[in-house]
Amino acid sequence: MALKSYIPEGPIEEKWTNHKMNSKLISPANKRKFSVVIVGSGLAGASAAATLSELGYKVKCFCYQDSPRRAHSIAAQGGINAAKNYQNDGDSVQRLFYDTVKGGDFRSREANVHRLAEVSVNIIDQATAQGVPFAREYGGLLANRSFGGAQVSRTFYARGQTGQQLLLGAYQSLEKEINKGGVEMFTRTEMLDLVLVDGHAKGIVVRDMKTGEISSHAGDTVLLATGGYGNVFYLSTNAMGCNASAAVKAWKRGAYFANPCYTQIHPTCIPVSGEYQSKLTLMSESLRNDGRIWAPKSKEDAAAIREGKKQASDIPDEDRDYFLERKYPAFGNLAPRDISSRAAKEACDDGRGVAKTGLGVYLDFRDAIGRLGEDAIRARYGNLFQMYEKIQGENPYKQPMMIYPAVHYTMGGLWVDYDLQSNLPGLHVLGEANFSDHGANRLGASALMQGLADGYFVIPTTIANYLSTQTPGAVTTDHPAFAQVEGEVKGIIDRLMSVNGTKTVDHFHREMGLLTWDKCGMDRRKEGLEEAIATVKKLREEFWNDVRIPGNANGINMELEKAMRVADFLEFAEMLYVDALNREESCGGHFRGEFQFTEESPEVQAGKTQQGEALRDDENFCYSAAWEYAGYNETPVLHKEVLEYENVKLAIRSYA
Amino acid sequence: MTLNLTLKIWRQAGPDATGQIETREAKSIPIEASFLEMLDIVNQEIIQEGKDPIHFDHDCREGICGMCSLTINGVPHSKEVGTTTCQVHMRKFNDGDTIWIEPFRANSFPVLKDLITDRTSFDNIIAAGGYIDVRTGAAPDANSVPIPKEQSDWAFDAATCIGCGACVASCKNSSAMLFVSAKAAHLNTLPQGQPEKDKRVLSMVRQMDKEGFGNCTNQYECEAACPKLISADNIAKLNRDYAVAAVKEAVSMV
Repeated sequence: MALKSYIPEGPIEEKWTNHKMNSKLISPANKRKFSVVIVGSGLAGASAAATLSELGYKVKCFCYQDSPRRAHSIAAQGGINAAKNYQNDGDSVQRLFYDTVKGGDFRSREANVHRLAEVSVNIIDQATAQGVPFAREYGGLLANRSFGGAQVSRTFYARGQTGQQLLLGAYQSLEKEINKGGVEMFTRTEMLDLVLVDGHAKGIVVRDMKTGEISSHAGDTVLLATGGYGNVFYLSTNAMGCNASAAVKAWKRGAYFANPCYTQIHPTCIPVSGEYQSKLTLMSESLRNDGRIWAPKSKEDAAAIREGKKQASDIPDEDRDYFLERKYPAFGNLAPRDISSRAAKEACDDGRGVAKTGLGVYLDFRDAIGRLGEDAIRARYGNLFQMYEKIQGENPYKQPMMIYPAVHYTMGGLWVDYDLQSNLPGLHVLGEANFSDHGANRLGASALMQGLADGYFVIPTTIANYLSTQTPGAVTTDHPAFAQVEGEVKGIIDRLMSVNGTKTVDHFHREMGLLTWDKCGMDRRKEGLEEAIATVKKLREEFWNDVRIPGNANGINMELEKAMRVADFLEFAEMLYVDALNREESCGGHFRGEFQFTEESPEVQAGKTQQGEALRDDENFCYSAAWEYAGYNETPVLHKEVLEYENVKLAIRSYA
Repeated sequence: MTLNLTLKIWRQAGPDATGQIETREAKSIPIEASFLEMLDIVNQEIIQEGKDPIHFDHDCREGICGMCSLTINGVPHSKEVGTTTCQVHMRKFNDGDTIWIEPFRANSFPVLKDLITDRTSFDNIIAAGGYIDVRTGAAPDANSVPIPKEQSDWAFDAATCIGCGACVASCKNSSAMLFVSAKAAHLNTLPQGQPEKDKRVLSMVRQMDKEGFGNCTNQYECEAACPKLISADNIAKLNRDYAVAAVKEAVSMV
């Protein structure tokens, strides 16, 4: 099947406006005849559910948590970008567009990114009207701060809880619509499969996590807003329940999955401390506004710190390597995430890491406290410092924080066209679950922007282009396709429950995570990826033969819930490695060790970049890789969407 | 360093089953582990024994989603001040300690299994009026209404509620006043929230009563248990706002 992205005609700044004009409309009297199934209640899902209900559509919304307010968007700390230019520092839609395309290492779709930059300003208006308490100046107007990858201050924030406050805004709007009867909400309900009727997505099969009951829900269209796949690494900053099952099920039903190898490793997380560790905690990137990142210059000092013989404060300034400031003087500690993470890894690989494990660098507030006082720092980052102290048992006002990169966000996702529709008609994908806006690397404070742009402003317009071609209510759960899929789902559950093996689900999840981090983490290479593909196939077989799930499937069974997710991850992981193997270049969150600038590269000689930086191959890889499922243990089939840059010139991504 | 502990855990097979305290030893728990990671370690052993693991709610494990609960040694989220259960770390315990682990107890939070409770009643209260009714797309420019910083900060302090229900679990009356008052104060303080202020307060309080939460007798256990340190001043504000709204309603002004 050829990939049609349906990018509207015209100059880039007119595409979205023209598209809105050319999009189909559905009259208010007809909207209420259409039903929409939405899976996920984070920023994208909740904002879409609330808005589509306001427009008059009948909405059913599903989440696995006990309340839609708990979706993991809530954990986003730092902020949300918008091209408001309230700071008068030269920002504009055009600049946000450019920064995002460049930040994505020239691997995103221009038209989508421009639309994102355009609607960013509406999001701030909308959220403020809902009562989202963004930070304000004493004059009563909204405050901004700068964030990684940008030289303007365009980030709106709500202390270190921006995600929480934006999600509560969307959640409250969702609850408002539930109260009005426009949305039917299903909590503790997990989507287990997608139902296709004549090739169109027309519903889902779900499991009631309280009773174990399997049931079907039909809709005229299905929206997936189910987040990313970071937990394929086991340890990540994602919530424990975050999973890729909805996307994997859609993929296995024929939806293409694009660019899975673009995974974001966030530079500032609390380092791993032991094998029992269940998740990693992010320290907001906003800390890099005032914190300086460094490692000791000498391996001896680093070793002394690891052994507890020295403390950070014992190392004088001349013996510290502020490596981001050294390597990227223009952006310094605000260099983008992929670049900062790799720089920290380099320092640790060089034997200069400081945590007990050797995998950690410092994020130091000494100078900022000296300049502004402890109170000012507390006002800006108090809750983050407190969180750090709780987890590490160390006071970051006295000794610098120790940080190390961890998996945070996934740029890849189900392939969608300009209307956010996948290659399967009727299946729309929103937020982190789709692939289109961030390219190979997402800039800080852009995830909240994209989730809300998709839900509040894009899908409410574009959904009509599909629905207007459909007869409302034509498919019900009486259609045999539903019984068929329900049967398949029950078959999987029966199979899992009857393995009766010897190893826990967590065992397999951890093994897969270690494998992924090791072979497909911050530095990927051909041999490692090939090995990972072979290993994960074996691990998958072992899982199906030796997993142990106690209890039964009727009622709450957390081991069964995890097992179903891990089973899907085990199939997904292989596609991730295949994509990483296929992409023989380095870009953004995908760094292939074989493809980096060396001292001999002409670009390095000319001073345009430095050795060790990502070496893109625009001639051969300026495309999005969309993978089609080919069957269990079969290598997925590649489809390419060639990326055309008409407005931004492809260039070496330099932050020096 | 590791700890050996005795756990006294509430086990309940389902909503209608009779629950009981089960005793279990937890061996060699690293002090760097979080409380929930301690339970993970114990659960891995239970599964190896072929038994049903201890079920508990959790998700983000960084203190913000509000999903984790647990009453630890009689105190919701443990005796650590301003901390959710997932952020309690084992270094706060001593070798040889006995730890009692129970669900958040309240009639309006029925137990579903072991330590998992149903807190849907909170969603119902928000649905009744805990929002500002703005249609997407109709909002004016965000800077068109300046809000004094103090006022905005006050609203923010109330808005930090994570909806975990510790306030209810800590209250001898199972009152939800801290939760309801925090949401009402957040929205009632802001200029955007004024048009629906009276209606909001009346609807939310009535829904709270309908869900079966008890009355507030002003002892503020809730404030002490709140992981986000929400102030009981919000309760006073809610009482005031409710009185005004009720009077207006009596003379048909709402």
